Amino acid sequence: MDLTGLVAFNVVTGIATLFLITIGLGVIYGMMRIINLAHGEFMMLGAYTAVTAVDHGVNIWVALLVLPPLVVGLIGLAVERTVIRFLYGRMMDTMLATWGISLGLIGLVTTLFGNVVKAVPTPVGSFEIGRYGASLFNLVLIGTALVAIVALLGLLRFTKFGLVLRATMQNARMAAALGVSPGTIYMATFALGSALAGLAGGVLAPISGVSPDMGAAYIARAFITVLGGGPAIVTGTGLASGLFGFIDELVSFQTSPVIGDVALLCAAVLLIRVLPQGITGRFLRRSL
Amino acid sequence: MTPVHLSARRRSGLSFLAVVGAGLAILFGAPHLVGTYGLVQLTLFAAVAIFALSQGFVWGFAGIMSFGQAAFLGLGAYAYAVAAIDMGDSTVPVLISVAVPMLFAAALGYFMFYGRISDAYIGVITLTVSVILFQLTNATSGSQYHIGQAELGGFNGMPSVPPINVPGMPDDQLDQTGIWYVAMGSLVVVYAFLRALLASRFGRVVVAIRENETRAQLIGYDPRLYKLLSFTVSAGIAGLAGCIYVNWGGFISPTVFALSMSAQVIIFVLVGGLGTLLGPILGAVLIQGLINAAGGQSAVDPNLGLGIILVAFVLLIPQGLLPTARALLARAGSRKEPARAAAETARPLAAQPLAPETRR
Repeated sequence: MDLTGLVAFNVVTGIATLFLITIGLGVIYGMMRIINLAHGEFMMLGAYTAVTAVDHGVNIWVALLVLPPLVVGLIGLAVERTVIRFLYGRMMDTMLATWGISLGLIGLVTTLFGNVVKAVPTPVGSFEIGRYGASLFNLVLIGTALVAIVALLGLLRFTKFGLVLRATMQNARMAAALGVSPGTIYMATFALGSALAGLAGGVLAPISGVSPDMGAAYIARAFITVLGGGPAIVTGTGLASGLFGFIDELVSFQTSPVIGDVALLCAAVLLIRVLPQGITGRFLRRSL
Repeated sequence: MTPVHLSARRRSGLSFLAVVGAGLAILFGAPHLVGTYGLVQLTLFAAVAIFALSQGFVWGFAGIMSFGQAAFLGLGAYAYAVAAIDMGDSTVPVLISVAVPMLFAAALGYFMFYGRISDAYIGVITLTVSVILFQLTNATSGSQYHIGQAELGGFNGMPSVPPINVPGMPDDQLDQTGIWYVAMGSLVVVYAFLRALLASRFGRVVVAIRENETRAQLIGYDPRLYKLLSFTVSAGIAGLAGCIYVNWGGFISPTVFALSMSAQVIIFVLVGGLGTLLGPILGAVLIQGLINAAGGQSAVDPNLGLGIILVAFVLLIPQGLLPTARALLARAGSRKEPARAAAETARPLAAQPLAPETRR
């Protein structure tokens, strides 16, 4: 019974983690049809922001949850203005350019910080599930993911910005004819997606080593989840995180995390054979 | 060099002979001109050039965004290493190093192409596959992970992989000069094979599908099958490159699967020229030369330079160096001879079998 509780807790944590590392990618892909291959590196920058802030004595919660999205959001804004905006409508070129940015960021961070693994202290301790100990920090992960879901859904459904965002997503030309500047909306969307990637990097920094190539450890799972989710940003990412997180955690629990990733990949390849448009390409099409 | 009255077909034939002739000259000339060290360097260039050809074919001609080509390089390399250690004689392992990536690509390609997923998804899935293979091989340290006598060695890789030997004589192993002949000879053969393939009926259908998939399908060709076959062929070529790569160093580690490997081969093709075969070879030599030159210093990480090159080419020279140079030459020629320029523009694009590809 205790073990079941622990496994269930870990599955929920895994789903929350998967949602956090995917949602930034999902927002940019869902809105702009751009697959941001620098997503992992944006997470890495978020983690480095957290490390640097903690080293300078910033409050740990601010360093983990507030600064990374702000800093990486601004970096995303700069990337969009200098590179991405010239490539709208050229899907392959945006993938290549973001891949170049990914390599460049790995090289830059390696040059600045060295190819070493840094660490951030975990701000909270552990608690007991029956006979087993579980990390309280996992509750922070789950809470962050829930807040991100609610905030995004609220933003998309109840604000003017969300309305304009959805309108641009459905028909950019019509939105432009009604006085909306699609360029500005795309810029804001890219910055928002980058900020979410930064948040994921920051909040995951205490439980993963922080190194220049840490992004590669996450992007495989993030890409698979975006593919599985389909067109609806929040619902799709959420459902795919639920499905894949469940598979990943159960297989990882039985074998090892690497085999868990392999199982994820196999599940995703089978899924796209049946549902090439992802889960929300077939079900719940009208969701956000 | 190319008088105006030559037909596109003659021109194509002449350029083919010129490239193969230059390749053969390098093949037999290099051992006399450079020492053993230089030959070892050149062997690496030949290996990455074959790798670049596999990417140049699948991406530039079949229009398949295979962003994880390193997966096939690595599978070929590991397949050769494991089989060579277990078998002794190297003849069958070389064949295995081509066959294993082809089988893997056929299985993966079936799900991708027959699922009819979009180009972007294909890019993402191939990339993800290479990342996961990297993590998988990284996690195989320890003596329990072995295939026959060959221990996979995890992140430490597999040291002292036996080099290729004269077929049937396991003790008669090739020295560095012999491996050079195999590497450069393979490059010439692969280039000639791809030129022949693209000139064949199959190659023309592949290019037609790249240009307009719906139209090709309406004429009666099955794009899924042709894409699957192209993908599989390119995986086999990448596997051969992997086999030569192992022979170059006598050593293999999971870094062959790394994302930077897939990124490098993309850069080779993009810099050289997408939709050409010579371009990827030249791009590979150029960029690999830069990487080697940058390896001597430790102030700046080479990834920074690669990233800047990739972004710069996408933004500024997306068609690559070779097509740009050809266009410049054509323009310089047209200033001297307006008549020839008229003939150049009058020629229908479809008559050029290796016309610079239209980017999708």
